[in-house]
Amino acid sequence: MSDSTEHRTRPPRWLREAFPPALLIVLAILTWHAAAVESGLASFILPTPAQVIAAGWETRAILGQAILTTMIETALGLGIALAFGILIAAAMDLSPFLRRALYPILVASQTVQILAIAPLLIIWFGFGLLPKVIIVVLICFFPLAVSTADGLASSDPDLIALLRSMGASRGQVWRMVRLPSALPAFFSGLRVAVTYSVVGATIGEWVGGSQGLGLYMLRSKNALATDQVFFAMLITSVLSIGLFVLVYLIERLALPWYYSAQRKEQWEETGIF
Amino acid sequence: MTIPKVELKQVSKAFHGNGTTVQALADVSLRVMEGEFVTVIGPSGSGKSTLFNLIVGLLDPDSGDICLDGDVCANRAGRVGYMPQRDLLLPWRSALDNAIIPLELAGMSRDEAREKARAMLPMFGLEAFADSYPAALSGGMRQRAALLRTILTERDILLLDEPFGALDALTRRDLQDWLLKVWGRFGQTVIFITHDVEEALYLGDRVIVLSARPGRVVKSLTVELDRPRRRGMIAGGAFGRQMAELLEALGVTV
Ligand SMILES: Nc1ncnc2c1ncn2[C@@H]1O[C@H](COP(=O)(O)OP(=O)(O)OP(=O)(O)O)[C@@H](O)[C@H]1O
Ligand SMILES: [Mg+2]
Repeated sequence: MSDSTEHRTRPPRWLREAFPPALLIVLAILTWHAAAVESGLASFILPTPAQVIAAGWETRAILGQAILTTMIETALGLGIALAFGILIAAAMDLSPFLRRALYPILVASQTVQILAIAPLLIIWFGFGLLPKVIIVVLICFFPLAVSTADGLASSDPDLIALLRSMGASRGQVWRMVRLPSALPAFFSGLRVAVTYSVVGATIGEWVGGSQGLGLYMLRSKNALATDQVFFAMLITSVLSIGLFVLVYLIERLALPWYYSAQRKEQWEETGIF
Repeated sequence: MTIPKVELKQVSKAFHGNGTTVQALADVSLRVMEGEFVTVIGPSGSGKSTLFNLIVGLLDPDSGDICLDGDVCANRAGRVGYMPQRDLLLPWRSALDNAIIPLELAGMSRDEAREKARAMLPMFGLEAFADSYPAALSGGMRQRAALLRTILTERDILLLDEPFGALDALTRRDLQDWLLKVWGRFGQTVIFITHDVEEALYLGDRVIVLSARPGRVVKSLTVELDRPRRRGMIAGGAFGRQMAELLEALGVTV
């Protein structure tokens, strides 16, 4: 009883959740505007929010092309990273020898400076799509491989024993127990990977591209069109957040059991979602 | 003489690890006949679950033989219905889809398996919860779902490892009577592990008592109660006397 009356007087859940971040963003934009106007700084040092939006609008034709290029690189890189990451994780799970052999190399691959390797990739593979895709793969494949491997390793040995006691084959155990129990960890890795992927592609374009958001940013910077740099940053963020949300939605659909009612309430109490 | 459904001949099993050896079972011999309901009691750590893992074929004995139906002594996997101590429902499957796992493993299509299992839900009191995930089920419902899964292995030997151990006394009593009803209907050979002397007597045709580690059979008691069992029998003289006998075998001073 008390529950339902409480719900009636309070605004809907989405509004309660959307309100705090929206308020903060509006405040930030207002502060930014005030700072840009009051400080008297030249617009190539600190443009106002309105100037940033206008700059984006004026260059919409090239921007559209740039976004498309960056998205294609990101998608290709993510796709390849997914295939590689899952393959490597499965290989590491099936063979302890491979696990020992591959794990250090995996970690080492992440310590390589992307900024150092990007120009080399350009020298080797030219100014086209390939070196950018490789950079995205390099960045995304590690969180995917590690989280999937951890997910596979997390399956409950008692569940596996139970299925074996029913006469299940190795393949049936994989399909019914190993893969489903690896999915939550896999999706966490995927969420990390997609948020880095767009930035990875733009780094490649910045270092040596003939197209894309990174090149747009580089050219704008060289022309002291700071408003355009800001706008490109905004687009990069929006794309990254969009991918994150997309993965989150897919996850909700794919793992209804993981987000079953009980868990959702626990999450709501913590106030994260 | 008829062939026992389950026979253990001088079975011993030890675990090695961390430089120590734990002798879980020593020289256990046991025969369970067709249609018999045998309960096993013993202190914690006396190797009861190990006994089941051996019979199921998840473990092999260090010495001795285990035979099902007289001749199946190796490759026992898939020959008995086994309900482990934890309910072990797959969290990503609904109650119904958990129950049909053995049917799917046997090659039945999912739809066909669901149809078959759905018909049995009322008997297990799960018809309203067929599509609920295990996280949304109560402890008693989870146990019933796990038991339905075990029954759907369609094996005529059932091994139940403390199926009601984690339940409150009331739910537990309900489920005991309900289990006897299900058994009365299907008539499988049942081996049932419990910590609870009363439960062992109330359910079983025979009670096997294991000693503290290493587990040995210290007593095999034929229960002097008629079938069907009724709650009132617990107050009877035979029940009390046999209970005292069991407690004594367990080393409890009466
Ligand atoms: N896989 C294993 N590896 C090592 N030791 C084990 C293993 N399984 C069981 N043991 C040991 O064997 C002994 C018997 O264990 P078991 O689980 O069979 O006891 P139990 O009688 O079922 O106890 P409980 O009533 O608490 O469930 C214990 O000392 C346990 O530590
Ligand atoms: Mg046990």
